[in-house]
Amino acid sequence: MGEAIVITSGKGGVGKTTTTANLGTALALLGKRVCLVDTDIGLRNLDVIMGLENRIIYDLVDVIEGRCTVQKALVKDKRFEDRLYLLPAAQTSDKSAVTPEQMKQLIDDLRQDYDYILIDCPAGIEQGYKNAVAGADEAIVVTTPDISAVRDADRIIGLLEKEEHMRRPRLIINRIRSHMLKNHDMLDIDEIVMHLSIDLLGIIVDDEHVIKASNNGEPIVLDPNSKASLAYRNIARRLLGESVPLMSLDDEEQKGFFSKIKKLFSAR
Amino acid sequence: MAGKEKRAYVSMKGTKEGLTLHLDDTCAYDELLKQVDELLMTTTRDEEGPLVAVHVHVGNRYLTREQEERLRDVIRMKKNLIVHSIVSNVMTKQEALEWKKKNEVVSVAKIIRSGQVLHVDGDLLLIGDVNPGGTVIATGNIFVLGALRGIAHAGYDGNRQAIIAASIMKPTQLRISDVMNRAPDYRTDEGNEMECAYIDEHDQIVVDRLQLLMHLRPNLTRLERSF
Repeated sequence: MGEAIVITSGKGGVGKTTTTANLGTALALLGKRVCLVDTDIGLRNLDVIMGLENRIIYDLVDVIEGRCTVQKALVKDKRFEDRLYLLPAAQTSDKSAVTPEQMKQLIDDLRQDYDYILIDCPAGIEQGYKNAVAGADEAIVVTTPDISAVRDADRIIGLLEKEEHMRRPRLIINRIRSHMLKNHDMLDIDEIVMHLSIDLLGIIVDDEHVIKASNNGEPIVLDPNSKASLAYRNIARRLLGESVPLMSLDDEEQKGFFSKIKKLFSAR
Repeated sequence: MAGKEKRAYVSMKGTKEGLTLHLDDTCAYDELLKQVDELLMTTTRDEEGPLVAVHVHVGNRYLTREQEERLRDVIRMKKNLIVHSIVSNVMTKQEALEWKKKNEVVSVAKIIRSGQVLHVDGDLLLIGDVNPGGTVIATGNIFVLGALRGIAHAGYDGNRQAIIAASIMKPTQLRISDVMNRAPDYRTDEGNEMECAYIDEHDQIVVDRLQLLMHLRPNLTRLERSF
């Protein structure tokens, strides 16, 4: 039986879809069978980020309304043999085309075949959110170090805590800029975690490569040299139950010769 | 007084505060009212005089609204008499529960997050935080063991003596009864630890050290509950 995890945030534009794509890919890299489900009906783009847009034939609404089987609608990612699949959202309907009960049934069907089902949740707290949460066992809340994103995350966590079928939500803080953190121009990570008081699953530094990779339809996780890639891989390992320490936020520039020596001494 | 073979169900006493009536609590109510009427008829004069306040003790008898109204009518019909109080030793279970609710400290272990409202009767003891956008409301006092960063409204149904106390006092808004106060528009990095809010003599909500409360609101000490 697979685990269904919903990735949500409340606020839009904090990186839910990017996180879904990268976590899914990272889990597939670790050898798990993964199915990504895009529930952002009407505004789908998980397929674009995965580079699978041109292979879509059927979508989630087709499956719900019985026009095709789930297996037919699933798009296979060729880069991972048969370990990574995507169930795309419909672009022509809207969120009211699906009910939470139908969604739950669909996710329960997928559970038989996959280790992990990652559900990409739309922004907001209305119908789309309710659909996305209905079948999930666990939620990952994505936020950025902005006050508005943290507020919305708080609201979402409040709603998630009312869902009795789910475990406690966990947190990912996205788009951290280390130099701004150092100057205290950004909300502190500890401050955010204390404020939201849920477990921190990982932090991801702001990385230009993420945008470039997304535009190319290749999740950043596939690039082993990027910091964001490492962060996503770490989070995937934590999802599997490994304990991986949080990444340090020190900038590369600091790692000159002298600071290396300094570190050597201070380590004693 | 009344009939010779009849027992007297009503006894009357004159005090400094006025007239006190003690009513028997075992006889029939109609009989009782009749006796009250007769007694007052024989003792009060019809001429003009100063108003006399009447205190009525009904013992262990529970009076319904209607019964109480009838008793008031009987007394009011007499000149110079006004009903000051009607005291009974008993209350209904429902009233007792309401009274208990109002005087209870309700403890809640929760984080009140953005968009959530927690409303309790009585005092609220919150073991957790109130985050920005969250609201806690109590008819009595509010004690927050964690950080208060949202809205707190104490004395919701008009108790101006109510207070709000928090380990970390960083609220967006404080309300006590019908008085409101908000956080300053600038951000402060001051302590804001272990503070309380109350209405001062100028009808303003002020925030001060927690330790001042024992002088300002000595009633908060309730080691022995008085009835």
